[in-house]
Amino acid sequence: MAGLEFIGVRKTYPNGVQAIHGIDMAVADGEFVVIVGPSGCGKSTLLRMVAGLETVTEGEIRIGENRVNELEPADRNIAMVFQNYALYPHMSVFDNMAYGLRNRRTPRDEIARRVAEAAGTLQLEGLLDRRPGQLSGGQRQRVAMGRAIVREPEAFLFDEPLSNLDAKLRVQMRLEIKRLQRALGTTSLYVTHDQVEAMTLADRLIVMNAGVAEQVGRPLEIYDAPATLFVAGFIGSPAMNFLPGTVADDGSGANLDGVDRTLLVAPPASAGRGRIMVGIRPEHLEPVSREEAAMEVVVELVEALGADSLVHGLLADGGEGAAVTVRLDGARRVAAGEVLSLAVAPNHVHFFDPDDGKRLA
Amino acid sequence: MEKRVVFSKLGLPILLVAPQIVITLVFFIWPASQALYQSLLLEDAFGLRSQFVWLDNFIALFSDPHYLDSFARTVVFSAATAGLSLGVALFLAAMADRVLKGATAYRTLIVWPYAVAPAVAGVLWFFMFNPSIGVLAYLLKWLGYDWNHYLDGTDAMMLVILAASWKQVSYNFLFFLAGLQAIPRSLVEAAAIDGARPFKRFWTIIFPLLSPTAFFLLVVNIVYAFFDTFGIVHATTSGGPAQSTTILVYKVFSDGFIGLDLGGSAAQSVVLMAVVITLTVFQFRYIERKVAY
Amino acid sequence: MVENRPWLTVFSHVVLCLGVLVTALPIWIAFVASTHPADSMLSGRTPLLPGGHMIENYATVLGSGVRAAGSIPVGTMLWNSFVMALMIAVGKIAISIIAAYAIVYFRFPLRRTCFWVIFITLMLPVEVRILPTFGVVASLGMLNSYWGLSVPLIASATATFLFRQFFLTVPEELAEAARIDGAGPFKFFRDILLPLSRTNIAALFVILFIFGWNQYLWPLLVTTDEGYYTIVMGIQRMLQAEDAEPAWHEIMATSMLAMLPPVLVVVFMQRLFVKGLIEQEK
Repeated sequence: MAGLEFIGVRKTYPNGVQAIHGIDMAVADGEFVVIVGPSGCGKSTLLRMVAGLETVTEGEIRIGENRVNELEPADRNIAMVFQNYALYPHMSVFDNMAYGLRNRRTPRDEIARRVAEAAGTLQLEGLLDRRPGQLSGGQRQRVAMGRAIVREPEAFLFDEPLSNLDAKLRVQMRLEIKRLQRALGTTSLYVTHDQVEAMTLADRLIVMNAGVAEQVGRPLEIYDAPATLFVAGFIGSPAMNFLPGTVADDGSGANLDGVDRTLLVAPPASAGRGRIMVGIRPEHLEPVSREEAAMEVVVELVEALGADSLVHGLLADGGEGAAVTVRLDGARRVAAGEVLSLAVAPNHVHFFDPDDGKRLA
Repeated sequence: MEKRVVFSKLGLPILLVAPQIVITLVFFIWPASQALYQSLLLEDAFGLRSQFVWLDNFIALFSDPHYLDSFARTVVFSAATAGLSLGVALFLAAMADRVLKGATAYRTLIVWPYAVAPAVAGVLWFFMFNPSIGVLAYLLKWLGYDWNHYLDGTDAMMLVILAASWKQVSYNFLFFLAGLQAIPRSLVEAAAIDGARPFKRFWTIIFPLLSPTAFFLLVVNIVYAFFDTFGIVHATTSGGPAQSTTILVYKVFSDGFIGLDLGGSAAQSVVLMAVVITLTVFQFRYIERKVAY
Repeated sequence: MVENRPWLTVFSHVVLCLGVLVTALPIWIAFVASTHPADSMLSGRTPLLPGGHMIENYATVLGSGVRAAGSIPVGTMLWNSFVMALMIAVGKIAISIIAAYAIVYFRFPLRRTCFWVIFITLMLPVEVRILPTFGVVASLGMLNSYWGLSVPLIASATATFLFRQFFLTVPEELAEAARIDGAGPFKFFRDILLPLSRTNIAALFVILFIFGWNQYLWPLLVTTDEGYYTIVMGIQRMLQAEDAEPAWHEIMATSMLAMLPPVLVVVFMQRLFVKGLIEQEK
């Protein structure tokens, strides 16, 4: 087992496109790190660089103590689970798992032992003679996992492994991956665009945007204190409400555009006296009486999910009207056209510099 | 379309393409360029001296009435062969697509002449039309027509057209049937609900959707009629009587191998090359456009 | 079909049966002729029902050949055709698949040039370069040999494109997974790509075997030694008999034998054959 380290890693494609703008980070031995970001942010490229499927333009990638930039994928002692599983369609499940071991000249009985063990862990015992074409999506996913496990690698690399499964199976497999990784204690790097997957699986998260790691941290740290507007908007569902405004003259609060009263939560001193961006998550708005309210919202649409309801509305006196989403208890009935008076949980207001998008602290 | 992952060895790929490239260079590119070069030369009868004459061979070729005749005959032959075999094949395929039972059996029974060599196909029809013992010649005589492809140029031409078409129907049938079966049933059903009768349906819905296949086949059939039919002519009529079945490929062969006119034969080769290249380019441009369709 | 029109269905069947009959007619006549003795042919017209000389006629052509064609036993010609067809089919597949592999999975200098050189062969059928190609083969001393019969015909753009097309549809992740599993270019080709290409190879083999078997002009040029005659061109030699009337019963027996192997291949491997043909369109 070993950790993983990125030192000033950059990637520039031959056509001049810069995919990765310099990543520095260390993954501890046995840690589960999820790289999350929108499509095209460079997360898959980063993973493929670790696998050795893409060259590193600049910087260094280390697995354990060793620089691996120049090593062939097979020599890096990693295993990868692909989005489409990439199972060899003409080989049985057993052969799919054994192929890499055979290429490494692992003794025959050792191969049999490891495959049997992995098959046991993944409940694939009855399927070893089948071809991938005869398996369901979930079973194929397990075989792909099995192929990774039998290698007993230094690190697992997952490239959106659950995105081809239906919603129910995805939740189930997510739990299984987490359990398996705990049991094996293998360092894992996991790429996804799904922030729920990211939050639930990760020991630590890397939120990437346009080739840059916007924030690295534990999931709840990132949720509680997003470092940038991008991270704030990307992590958390439904997304955080962003309301532009101006810092009040005495610095004791913020005047939100389209709201006729001052939000009485003091921005950090570094905010100065100019424009500011205020972020409030839908779950941190609470209906109160008119007098106590920080803002009023005209309800446009209600999505009742049962346990809670998502209310989409517009600031009541907002002119053009800034959109606001509120998460309410499912028991509460709200109708379109109704005006909601909302208070804000003071510890959960985020302030950002509107120019560079950075969190103000 | 390109693959993302590639192996980064250098010597291996060159080794892998080498056989194909070497054979292509030695047996295709080099001879073709020889033909191109020789088409610009005039050699004396003994092949001892040659003289560079620029396009004289081509000028001679296109002012030779025999060559122009042969060109015209080839066009007639190709058009007739392509027309006949495409028409019959389309008709049969439309019928086979209609019958639910036995379509596969019909396919098997119609498709096998594809495997018959053009030369053999020629010999079979040559035999059936043999003026003294042939079954079909006898039948025609009974109907009042005196068939003799040894003497009558038109009869000879009909013979090679029939033999060439008979063999080619199988190929066209296969593609038309595949094309017809690929047309979504729901489309035909929608047309039926819109009130189109079978015949109308065929011309307004099915045939337009089949047109890429038809176009592809047209080009293939012209190429077939131009080049692959050499065996039919050579094995049966030998270009006769009185050159009435001397199509261009046969003429290249006979002028070069029997007449030993190197420059003239080379010039003919170059003209034929131009024909194939035109057809191929045409086909590929069309296929590119088809992708958008 | 969509609505029920019995008369149209009957009509379709009638047309198709007629098509089948016309298709089969030449073969039936040839078969009938091949079962009669020489004199029943000279009596004026061909009989329409088989005669009783089938075994004699076939035994004669197979064993001792037809006088007019230099008495080469048809058995020898069949063997020559078989060897030539096999060499062409196997050769074409072998060199095409490795060339396609190189072009799809590697980046190397002159890659595009190679692609175009192969592409050009599409535009240069034997028929348009008869004399100079003959010259090359003659100067390489390949006349009257199996090599001379097959090698000049085994460069094929269509087969290369077919494999290229197929390789491009193989998911890239498969090659990546194989790399992670420690398979180099050779192992990847042998363990993954080749097994995946099985049906394509088989389909192509059927087409190319027929293509090779039916070659006519090329064997005509490069064989002067009767021992290398192939059956398809051998028939022509029999027709060019010096005496007035060809020996039709023997020629037809030979024609039947010449058709039999490729026709059997088409009928019994129809699925593969259809696949092979249709894929060429793409």
